[in-house]
Formats: sequence, structure tokens, C-alpha cells
Amino acid sequence: MTDTYRVRRGDVAESRNAVHFTFDGKSYQGLAGDTLASALIANGVHLVGRSFKYHRPRGFVSAGSEEPNALVGVGATQSRYTPNLLATQVEIYDGLVAESQNRWPSLETDAGFLNEYFSAFLPAGFYYKTFMWPRTAWKKLYEPVIRRMAGLGKAPAEPDADRYTQVFAHCDVLIVGAGPAGLAAALEASNSDATVILCDEQAEMGGSLLSDRSASIDGMQAAEWTRAALDELRKRPNVKLMSRTTAFGWYPHNFVGLNERVTDHLSNPATNQPRERLWQVRAKEVVLAAGAIERPLVFTDNDRPGIMLADAARTYVNRYGVVPGKQVVVFTACDSAYRAALDLKAAGARIQVIVDLRKSASGHWVDKARAEGIKVRSDSIVRGTSGWLRVKSAQISNAQGGDAETVACDLILMSGGFTPSVHLFSQSRGKLSYSEELRAYVPGESVERERSVGACKGLFALESVIESGAKGGRDAAAKAGFSPRGERSYTVSAQSVGADAFIGSVMTDHQAEKRAWVDFQNDVTAKDVRLATREGFRSIEHVKRYTTTGMATDQGKLSNMNALGVVSKQIDVAVPKVGLTTFRPPYTPTTFGSFAGQSRGDLFDPVRKTSIHPWAEAQGAQFEDVGVWKRAWYFPQVGEDMHAAVARECKATRESVGIFDASTLGKIEIVGKDAAEFMNRMYTNAWTKLEPGRLRYGVMLREDGFIMDDGVVGRMATDRFHVTTTTGGAARVLSMMEDYLQTEWPDLEVWLTSTTEQWSVIALQGPNARKVLEPLVEGIDLSADAMPHMSVREGRICGVPTRLFRVSFTGELGFEVNVPAGYGRAVWEAIFAAGKPYGITPYGTETMHVLRAEKGYIIVGQETDGTVTPDDAGLGWAVGKAKRDFVGKRSLSRPALVREDRKQLVGLLTTDPKVVLEEGAQIVLDPTHPIPVPMIGHVTSSYWSATLNRSIALALVRGGRSRMGEELSIPMPDGVIKAKVVDSILFDPKGERLNA
Amino acid sequence: MLLINCPYCGPRPEAEFVNGGQAHIARPADPMSLTDDEWAAYLYMRDNTKGLHHERWRHANGCGRFFNASRDTTTDIIKRTYRMGERPEAEHQGAKP
Repeated sequence: MTDTYRVRRGDVAESRNAVHFTFDGKSYQGLAGDTLASALIANGVHLVGRSFKYHRPRGFVSAGSEEPNALVGVGATQSRYTPNLLATQVEIYDGLVAESQNRWPSLETDAGFLNEYFSAFLPAGFYYKTFMWPRTAWKKLYEPVIRRMAGLGKAPAEPDADRYTQVFAHCDVLIVGAGPAGLAAALEASNSDATVILCDEQAEMGGSLLSDRSASIDGMQAAEWTRAALDELRKRPNVKLMSRTTAFGWYPHNFVGLNERVTDHLSNPATNQPRERLWQVRAKEVVLAAGAIERPLVFTDNDRPGIMLADAARTYVNRYGVVPGKQVVVFTACDSAYRAALDLKAAGARIQVIVDLRKSASGHWVDKARAEGIKVRSDSIVRGTSGWLRVKSAQISNAQGGDAETVACDLILMSGGFTPSVHLFSQSRGKLSYSEELRAYVPGESVERERSVGACKGLFALESVIESGAKGGRDAAAKAGFSPRGERSYTVSAQSVGADAFIGSVMTDHQAEKRAWVDFQNDVTAKDVRLATREGFRSIEHVKRYTTTGMATDQGKLSNMNALGVVSKQIDVAVPKVGLTTFRPPYTPTTFGSFAGQSRGDLFDPVRKTSIHPWAEAQGAQFEDVGVWKRAWYFPQVGEDMHAAVARECKATRESVGIFDASTLGKIEIVGKDAAEFMNRMYTNAWTKLEPGRLRYGVMLREDGFIMDDGVVGRMATDRFHVTTTTGGAARVLSMMEDYLQTEWPDLEVWLTSTTEQWSVIALQGPNARKVLEPLVEGIDLSADAMPHMSVREGRICGVPTRLFRVSFTGELGFEVNVPAGYGRAVWEAIFAAGKPYGITPYGTETMHVLRAEKGYIIVGQETDGTVTPDDAGLGWAVGKAKRDFVGKRSLSRPALVREDRKQLVGLLTTDPKVVLEEGAQIVLDPTHPIPVPMIGHVTSSYWSATLNRSIALALVRGGRSRMGEELSIPMPDGVIKAKVVDSILFDPKGERLNA
Repeated sequence: MLLINCPYCGPRPEAEFVNGGQAHIARPADPMSLTDDEWAAYLYMRDNTKGLHHERWRHANGCGRFFNASRDTTTDIIKRTYRMGERPEAEHQGAKP
């Protein structure tokens, strides 16, 4: 095993255990505490991926969550496989299996790199320009090929074997980021009774302090101080420390989403541990201490493996104990890269030259580098690089051009300064302001109860970072209503690296045709961005969408400011005027699993079942979803398909008796002195004269005059109504009633109660229904004279209290037996047994639909679609014309609602009785009319009617009631179907059967 | 997710509530006496406010009561919630709080 890149310093590395893992099938050894990135670098591996578009070899650019290149798939099995993880964040453990992505057949020899040779033909907007023609080729040819070539990792082939949980939490102060600013904020905020949550996306807390070998705080080396601070925080009962926890999104009113990765770093997680927890934290006050991200420099061929951010290299050396290269060229626009160079030199690397973009370089770090014998070239650039699978050399020239010097290297470090991580601040709708000095946006005015501290506020000197963190922590606790137990001070000794910075491209004017990457992950070059401006795109929002810069999974963490710089220079407009793209959650990609939580499988969408459901299941019923309910659809017997079963159920009900579970009907009990008046106002019908013991079919409108719901209503007493609604409409109806009652008519003495689940409803329909029920009922005279159609009686059935409705949705003599839900199944079975001599037949919703359609009874939501008035539906008779007012009444006389040519409900009989129309089919007068053919209506319901031995249909047709007998056309893909307009009541128009 | 202070129950997460649109639009006492235009204005015309918006909410998965809230549509900050029948504070619709 070769880990010649491991630093031997006699401290950190020696005490760490060896860990074995594989990458692309090859075994490697790393050390405990390594990320996959640091472990691979220790083994001299820099090539980890192929780029998105050109399939160029790529290596590690960073050491953190901003990594654009090192995307890997992790997991030994498909059920535990996660694509697109960042190697810079994946912690290694014994047995870890990782692989590179977007390459074929292998990372070293990838066929996709052929794109590289065609790169001249793949400019920005390439897809829009090229694949426009012929249109039909997009779906069959272009899209599949592009999808195979481009893209990131592969989705796992098996369901996720892991478990995810969700947690709600409240705290006084939430601190995001546990670097120097966040730790100081936590120490101060928790020095009171405030409850504090401190979270950090990394495995270890400390942020930049973990990579700092030169600074000291309170007389301790930075890492040592960090350990002490964390020890202190751990002792405080009001503090919760959460590492491996990313604050990924800010939602209104200080609601912050945290994703905690619980087991990803473990070889053998306990079975009771979830893989991740989604924390939904409501914090009184928030301290944002998210730090800053170093910016790459945009120079020719800046994307080769072995070219990385200077501070990332410093982290690999100082924190993980690995040297990313031994011959180093540094290219910088600021002092921090000098600090990195010195740390690498101390670890044994040779610094070939520091190339400084600035006209002159001076100050502590520059002087120190010079004193250590490092060659410094100011006012210079790296104008090109060589090396395919790893960088081999850099070409260096004056910033304006001229002769280039070639310097051999295996590592190029770059730094254009730091970009404050303002993502969460911006998501909280805080206003950003542009800092000319930092060449970056910094937080301005806050909207929510939060404050930014440290580097994410644009402060980079350690002393001011800690000071602002401490102040922010105290402020947050105070604003949350807590007073501190005292104030402590921090003695910081650190040399500042200043705040110099650069954005845009460093290329000379002669290099216009060369490629310098702005966005590594989406393969966007400065040339592409300039092309977009030449083609007329000026706003960064448009440039972004045209070139896709900043639209990859890293959301432009490294690229956005450089893209702005390129555009700003190209069109000669100040950066703030070019605009800024919107920061959106999540900050880093977050698993679907954590958002789904427990909502998967049976728990994804809870199912409601009636008390009679198990009986229907035992009978072999097929079910359908209606609203949130499962309803029995039909009851097939051996060898029957749906068609045969429904025909048999219909026949049995029309000829003898059928039984149907109607329990899902919505039910509302309306009670009070003013109940009748309330009903008058809510429904189109008149209720005042409805006597107790009688039923009425009620129609409810929205205020705009269109049908909202319908149902049979029973008056149980002068001050009590038993209202039924459609299955799917119950909640909506109750909510609308509550709205009017609470907000328009609070003076009415009425109470509304949902009773849907309190009653089981058993519909018994057919000529023998009375005979089946009579022996089971006590205290109710069922005879036609004593209990006519549309009446309700209270009594007992099988010893159970019942509200017995005489009502029919089939056109037959019918009853609906309401019993307390707990008795539903027992009463059902008793009725079923009593019906045996009559061949009682259970039927489902499909038969119910056919039987009611034969009678022309509408179903709200099938015959109506929110634009149908009572008159359109043939329900004009149900509107109480004499009533002064009801919801929707005024709208019924609006001009559009009284037009003669409105769509009206009619029956349709096909010329060929065997043809069953398709529901939703459009109806036309003249099918030979050139396209577009004017459409005059559509089929709302269509079935095979066993009763009539032919197909039947209901339809909404313009001026339909004046078209009786007319022949209309229904054009379908395989020919035009002819049908005749008839009355919507197709069976027993006089209603003799239901009055029997 | 908004944190909404139900005047009857106290602060609760938005998931417990349903928005009911613009507040303080009384249903006309005698709709039949209105012209078509007046009725259409009541039915359909609503403010599209940038700034302070007085709106109805219902604590649907809680006490079930309707109440009003004054919310800044640009920031989602809810300045005040109050019971049905009460008037909003002096700020007018659209004002910056």
C-alpha cells in the first residue's frame, strides 16, 4: 500500500487506526477520521470523476460541501446505494464501497470524452440550437442519447432499505455553523438560561480552526481551544450539539430545516438507528455562522485533476495529514494562499512559485514566504496548464501576456478570495449588499429574527470573527429574553490574511478562444458566458439559464461570483446591476428519504375503511379509491369479469333486492333554534315547511352559482337536520358552512357537527327491500302509506337504534339504514342473512353508478365540474325561487348563467346500441368540419345497461334540452360514433318503482 | 412554515390552518338589489396587496375558528391576529408595517 502522501509529523496521524475501503473496485487504506477525499489523496489518487458535458477528467477542488467534481456513488448493495455524494464529505469506514460516476467503460478510459473533440460544436445553448429539428426526433433519438451521455449518478435499482425519521424541535437560539464564530456565539448564548442548538455539517466541530496551525486563542493552539470550548459546551445542560447536521433551508418565521446524518459514517449501525433525521426547528433567534467559501480563479484549463483551492489543500495537510502534491504552483489574488503554501512547505511539499495576480504583493504572509525562499511572481497569471489525468505543468506569464514560462508541478493551488455563505440569510429574505472590497455579497438588513456573524458576514480576521460571534450569541440570547451570567473576553493571536479578492476571468485578451472553467460541475466556461452576453443576455438570471452556470447540484457555490464578474466585464455594467441569482433551499442536496420520513408504504397515504369493509374483502370484492376511502367497487363471483359482475348485480337489484355499503357518505348534524333558517341560506331548496320525519334532496351552490354539493337531508326535529353530502365533499361542505356561520351569520343559533364516522349506512334497494327489512325493525311501520318515499323514522333494527331513511338512488323501492358505526357490520350481516330467501345481492359503486345513471341522477364531480348551475343539470325544480336569498342565488341571474345555449344535461343513446361511449369524449355537430372542430359538449357518464340491454350515456350539450331527437357526433380515434339526444331519465320515467 | 397566533389557542404551526382569503369583505345584506357589476365585484375582485394584507384564517386542525391576521405579503411577517368582528389596527391594506 502506498500512502506516501501521508504527513509524518509525529502527532495526529500516528494515533489513528487504519481503515480499509474500495473505490472503483480497488482496495485502499485510509485512517480513521479521513473523508473519502483525504484517504484517496493520501494514496495519490486525484482522478475521481468525469465532467458533465465534455467528460473531462476531474479531481478534488475543495475539501468540503462546496465540492463540484468529486461526486461518487456509495453503497455495497442497491438497497443501500446513494449516488452523487461528495467524496469530500463521505467519511470512510471499514468496508466502505464507493465508485466514480459518469464514465464508461472506466474512469481512466471514458468513451464520453469524445465530446471533448467536438467541444467547439457544444457551445452554450447548444441543446436549444441543435435539437430543434425535426421535432419528432426529440423524444425518440435526442433525449435518450443526451440522457445517457450527460447526467450524474445512477438512481439505485432497489427500494431504500434504510429508515428515516422526522423530529420537531424548539429552541431559544439556533446557531448554524460551529467554526470560531459559531463556537463563540454558543459559549455566549448558553451562558444564560437560553436553550441553544449548535449544528454543523461536518463530522467534527471547529470549522476553520481545525485547519489552523498558526493561530492561538486564549493562549491555546486553535484546535486545542476548539476541544476545550466543545467540552465546556457539552457540560451545559441547555446546549445541544449536532454534528453531521446541515441546516439546509430557511422557512418563514425562523423555521429551519436540519438534516442529521446518523449512520452514514458507521460500518455497522445499530438496527434501531435511522439513517437520517429531519429536524424541523422553530428557533426564537438564529445566529448564522456559516463561514465562507474560497473562490477559484478562472484561467485556461483550470479544471485538471490536481488543481484545487489553496485553503482546501491547507485543510488536507493540517487537518487530515495528507499532502495533495509534492511540486506545487500557487496562483492567487490574495494573501491566504501564501499561508496555505507555507503550511504545505512545512509538510514537505516543494513550492515551485507563487504567481500573484496583484500588481505588487507585500505584507506579513508575502514577506514570510519570501523569507522561506519561495519564489513570488506578482502581476502574473497562470495562462495555461498541461496534463490529462493529472496536471503536469503550468504556463506562467505576465498578467497582460508576453512570453510564458513552463513550470513542472503535480498540484496547482488557486485562490480568488472568499465568498461569504449568505445562502440561509438570503433564503430568510434578508437583503444582500455588494461589497466592492470583498468582491462579494454580504448580509444587509435582516427580515427575520437572525443575525450573521463571522466569515458569512464578510469578516475574515480571526479576532473579529470571534468577537462578532460572541456579540451575536449574546444579542440572540438577550432578544430571546435571557440575560447573560457575565461576559468573557477572548485573546486571539493570529496574523490576518486581509480581504483581497478577484472575480471574473484572468485570461488575457489573446486567449478568447481558450477554455477556462467558471462552473466545473455543469462544464460552463468563461467563453460560454461571454457568448451568452453577445447573444443578448444581460441579466444574470438569463445568462444562468442559457449557459446553465450555477444550476448544478452545487448551485454555483464556487461559480456564481466568477460568472457575475465575467458578465460585468463583458457588458461593462457594475456587478450589482447585473443582478444576483436567487438562493433556494436546500443548501446541499438532501435525500428524498429524509423528506419522506415515515410516509412510505402503508403510511404514505392512510386509507379509510368502513366497518363493513372486512366483510366485503372476505367476499372477494374489488375496491376503488373514492376521496380518502376504499369503497367496494364490485363483487365478482368465480369466473366473472367486472362487466359480468356488474350486469348480475344490476339485474338482481332491479328484480329482487341488492345491498350496498353507503357508509362513506358525508354526514353533518345541524342543530339549533335557527337550524331551518341556516339550511334556507345554505341550500337552494326551501326547508321551512319540511316536516320532521321527511327527507328532501338538497342542492348546495357556491356563491358564484355553480353546484358545489348535493345530498339527501332528513329533518329529525324542528331544530335538527341530518344532512348527507357526497363522499369526497364532506370536509369541504362543513368548512363552507362553518365559514358562513362564523363570519357572516354569527347571530344564528346553530351548531354543526361532523357525524360521517358515527353512522354506518346500509342501503337496501329493490322491490323486495321492504320484505327483507320488516322482520328486523321494531317501532317503525314500513308500509307505503305509513312511510312513503322520502321519509325518515327513528326506531330499532336488530335491537340497535336506527335512523331509517326511505330513499332511493337506484329508482327502486329503497331504504338506507343508519346505525351507530360500531354495529354496522353486525346489522349488515343480519340483513344479509334475512335477505337470503330473496337472493339478496351485495353490489358495489360501479353498479350504483349504472343504476343511478339509468335514472338520470347526477353525481357531483362527474356530471358537474364547477361550471354547472342547477338549471344546467336539470335541477331547476330544486331551487326555491320564492326565497329572498341563499348562497349563490344572486349569481343565477347573471347574464352568462341564463344564456339559452349553456351546456345542459341530456341522455345520449348511441345509434349502435352495442357501442359504449368513452366518458370525457367530446361531442360535435359536424365531424367533417375542418380542424379545429367546434365542440358542443362532452360525455359525463357512460355505461352498459343490463336493464335496458344497451349502452347509455349522460352528457352536457350546448342547448341540449332543445335538441331532443337530434343526432350528434362523437369523433374518436377509430371513427365517428353517432348518438341521439334523449331525456336524461332513461328508466321508469314516472318513478312508479320507487314509490312502490 | 408560518407560526400563526390563533387568538383562541395561541401560536401554532401553519399546517394546522387554512387560509381564507382577504378579510373584511362582508356579504351584501340584500344581494338581489345589487347590479350585476356590483355583485361581480363582491364575488371576484380582491386586492393583490404588496405590503400589509388583512386576511382570514381558519384553525381547521385545531379549534375550528375563523379569525383575521394582518400579514406583510413581502416578508410573511404576521403583525397581528384578531378575532372575527374586530377591526384591524389603523394601518390600511397595502401599507408597509
